[in-house]
Amino acid sequence: MADAIASERGPQRAHAEGHGAAALYTDPGGLWATIRGWITTVDHKRIGIMYASAALFFLLVGGLEALLIRVQLAVPENDFIGAETYNQLFTMHGTTMIFLVAMPLAVAFFNYIVPLQIGARDVAFPRLNALSFWVFLFGGLFLNSSWLFGAAPNTSWVGYANLTSVQYSPGLNVDFWVIGLSIVGISSLIGAINFITTIINLRAPGLTLMRMPLFTWMTFVTSWILATAIPVIAVALIFLAADRFFATNFFVPGAGGDPVLWQHLFWIFGHPEVYILILPSFGIISEVVPTFSRKPLFGYPIVVYAGILIGFIGWGVWSHHMFTTGLGPIADSFFVASTMIIAIPTGVKIFNWLATMWGGALRFTTAMLFAIGLVAIFTIGGLSGIMHASAPVDLQQHDSYFVVAHFHYTIVGGAVTGLFAGFYYWYPKVTGRLMSETLGKWHFWTFIVGFNLTFFPQHFVGLFGMPRRVFTYPAELGLGGWNMASTIGAFIFGVSTLIFVWNLIRSARRGTPAAANPWDAPTLEWSVPSPPPHYNFAEIPEVESRDPLWKGAAAGPDRAVATGGDEPHMPSPSAWPILTALGISLTWILLMARIWWVPLIGLAVTAVCVYSWAFQPAFRAES
Amino acid sequence: MIGAGELAGGRGRRLLNPIYYTIVIVSSALLGCGQDYPQSTIDPASGDFGAAIHSLYQTVFWWTMLILAVVWGVLGWVLFRYRARPGGPEPKRIHGHLGLEIGWTVGAAIIVVLITIPTIHTVFQTQREAGEDALVVEVIGHQWWWEFRYPEQDVVTANELHLPVGRQVDLRLWSADVIHSFWVPRLGGKRDLNPLVRKPDGSLAINRLTFTVDEAGTFMGQCAEFCGPAHSLMGLRVIAAPEPEFEEWVERMKTPVEPDSGSLAARGREVFMGATCVACHAIAGTNARGRLGPDLTRLGARTTIGAGLLENTRENLAAWITAPAEFKPGVKMPGVAEEGGGFPPTGLSSEQVEAVAAYLASLGR
Repeated sequence: MADAIASERGPQRAHAEGHGAAALYTDPGGLWATIRGWITTVDHKRIGIMYASAALFFLLVGGLEALLIRVQLAVPENDFIGAETYNQLFTMHGTTMIFLVAMPLAVAFFNYIVPLQIGARDVAFPRLNALSFWVFLFGGLFLNSSWLFGAAPNTSWVGYANLTSVQYSPGLNVDFWVIGLSIVGISSLIGAINFITTIINLRAPGLTLMRMPLFTWMTFVTSWILATAIPVIAVALIFLAADRFFATNFFVPGAGGDPVLWQHLFWIFGHPEVYILILPSFGIISEVVPTFSRKPLFGYPIVVYAGILIGFIGWGVWSHHMFTTGLGPIADSFFVASTMIIAIPTGVKIFNWLATMWGGALRFTTAMLFAIGLVAIFTIGGLSGIMHASAPVDLQQHDSYFVVAHFHYTIVGGAVTGLFAGFYYWYPKVTGRLMSETLGKWHFWTFIVGFNLTFFPQHFVGLFGMPRRVFTYPAELGLGGWNMASTIGAFIFGVSTLIFVWNLIRSARRGTPAAANPWDAPTLEWSVPSPPPHYNFAEIPEVESRDPLWKGAAAGPDRAVATGGDEPHMPSPSAWPILTALGISLTWILLMARIWWVPLIGLAVTAVCVYSWAFQPAFRAES
Repeated sequence: MIGAGELAGGRGRRLLNPIYYTIVIVSSALLGCGQDYPQSTIDPASGDFGAAIHSLYQTVFWWTMLILAVVWGVLGWVLFRYRARPGGPEPKRIHGHLGLEIGWTVGAAIIVVLITIPTIHTVFQTQREAGEDALVVEVIGHQWWWEFRYPEQDVVTANELHLPVGRQVDLRLWSADVIHSFWVPRLGGKRDLNPLVRKPDGSLAINRLTFTVDEAGTFMGQCAEFCGPAHSLMGLRVIAAPEPEFEEWVERMKTPVEPDSGSLAARGREVFMGATCVACHAIAGTNARGRLGPDLTRLGARTTIGAGLLENTRENLAAWITAPAEFKPGVKMPGVAEEGGGFPPTGLSSEQVEAVAAYLASLGR
């Protein structure tokens, strides 16, 4: 690739700018120059911030959808919103939270942190990185634009065939879903390839694989899962798109197709997806727990191997989502066994975090509280997972609110809690200021109360026989009280999230200024100033151990900043990634015209953009 | 709607169930009331299928509680004992301990094996082939109602599944449109109704569910796989009765009901047979032989209409016939003034609707 970054220094350039947040995140020449700078940026740090901002925006959208769902379910036989709106809301809530919130938030951290952790100046393919972000943003906005047409997707986030066929879903709803997800999937695939390459090729000298920080390790594993799982959902989505737009019959039973095929394809992607969501957070807390225990991670190689093992076994468990499908006792038994096996490395990780804290000197910062919260809450989700890994038990729990409780305990109690820890932990690195600990503690405790009040009762609601994806339930089920508790909890959870967002915004200006290493953490990203200069490291550091800053061997801040006009040369901004992203999105969106040649217009735009991109030099000639 | 108290079954045996106790105590403490849960999966089940699942659930439940206690116990101790103290010593930077790693890996593996063995045993136990003398019922899912066919008895009904107590039943499940899932929690787990697909060997992929109900009563259930706009309103009831009563029900189903001549019901019959109703609905012993909608034979004897949606009264029947979409979004039945499921409005006058309702209600005697 033309734009791969070499780690040598580029030509010298005279400069004398400060390294505060303002200097890193604004461009000389006023507001328009700054906007232009962000749109054309190829800097992994800016792209990381854009990922986080977009994902937080979608978090608020998905959260609002959740609150409307909870209002509708607060009392039995409610008529706050009708069936059709409700079905759109829960479909978009799930789709948004998985694809537009949890995944891109993790990617935001991949972007900002991984190059800093491995002593690199950027990712391997900076312009591809920008393309990945813009494709994600356009896909997410397109998916949500369905609300403007009153045709938001309404067949649930798993979109089981053959309900999604033109016969049973004639509207535009499923079109928005299949196209939006296809676009977003392209983004994930590009990102995964970028991070695999980055982590393999751009590590600083001496940073061997078994010295890599756990977060980088989990990014590496997650990227491999993404690179292999996204093509599976892509196949399923392309089949579905072909069924809908070109009248094929992949999932049409009367014509020789098979709806169960969709379930297999979806879950062969869908279960690895679960680990795509959780492993980054496992990585984050494997950084946070040691830092605030003042002890290295207990059993580092075991935690790494457990992560890799989870990544592999995650491929062999998909049919535990299909115990009610009727695959027969032999298939059921196989997937029971494989699912039980994957519980072992997960449990081992929990014990290693506990052992890391054992004998430490624990500092209860907000980041640490969320990391501890993950250990405590995720365990509940893991254990309810063992319950429905037991296939016959799952025949009762499947598609009931028990499962809703389970996956919120894993995805919110695990993935999102870890991401919150990551925000409090790395915020000073990104902005040069600490997040407010007072607001942080408010956030944490309202989260704990709100989250558990929302989702713990749902275990009972499920065990007492309420299926999921219902817009109403009869009073005679006796579940009004439990549901009301859930709804109250959801609003507390909502307030908690607003406190978090307010803390993010407020601390950017009013937070306590942070030094390069405010937590006395051991990894490389803390060796550079907060925020880092746009080239990250003036001199690429040499690494001699797993916890370089605790051993005092690696580059300190003095060696991280270029002095005397000796600044490394970084790749130039480019408008082609965003334009290419438009072309790719357009190609998919124009499928909705249902005329075979119309999408070719988008393809032509893409081709022109890719061509121009290829001939634009990565490094602008010096003026 | 039917009060929960009328739904029978198993309350006596609850007293022996520790999980039930735990949950009732917790729920009463939280919500200040005792409750009855007609779709509970953790009350003692009223059949062998549910009982097998419940016993397995208890095994798994206590293992997971043990793990939770260990993890939370250690976590609580660590947070209390190892919090940073001013002037405290710098922690020793140990990197791991192989013995401990092997210990908790093996410990986790043993627990997992102890859960897996009874699980696989129950998987095979609950998916056994039905015996020769099992009662065969074909369960066919439709958007958004249930069709039940008894091929040996030559009886068809909808939304209320009548089963004999103590006799094994062999349900054969499939769907006429999209995927549905049959779930009656008090009797056992759910099983999907897939659209018919021919397997490579030429046979049709039909799901089976085999169990024995061991207690008379009415058991609530509903569709458990999202199947479109009215998924939430696709309820069903299993009415289990001793074998002789079940046989009586079969006989009644096969005996046509004639309304008294000159009655409103007789007038309703005339309207029904002359209107588009018969394009979709069947009533045994008459010329109504439509198969797209629920079979209405002996409709008056059912407890609910609209798949568990409304109490079965003449007023509700009339309201339903007038405008079914008001009660069930997306319903594929036309009303008097609005189309439904691709069919034009029926155009019945309110007098005609009243008559049809009277006729259908009379089909229960």
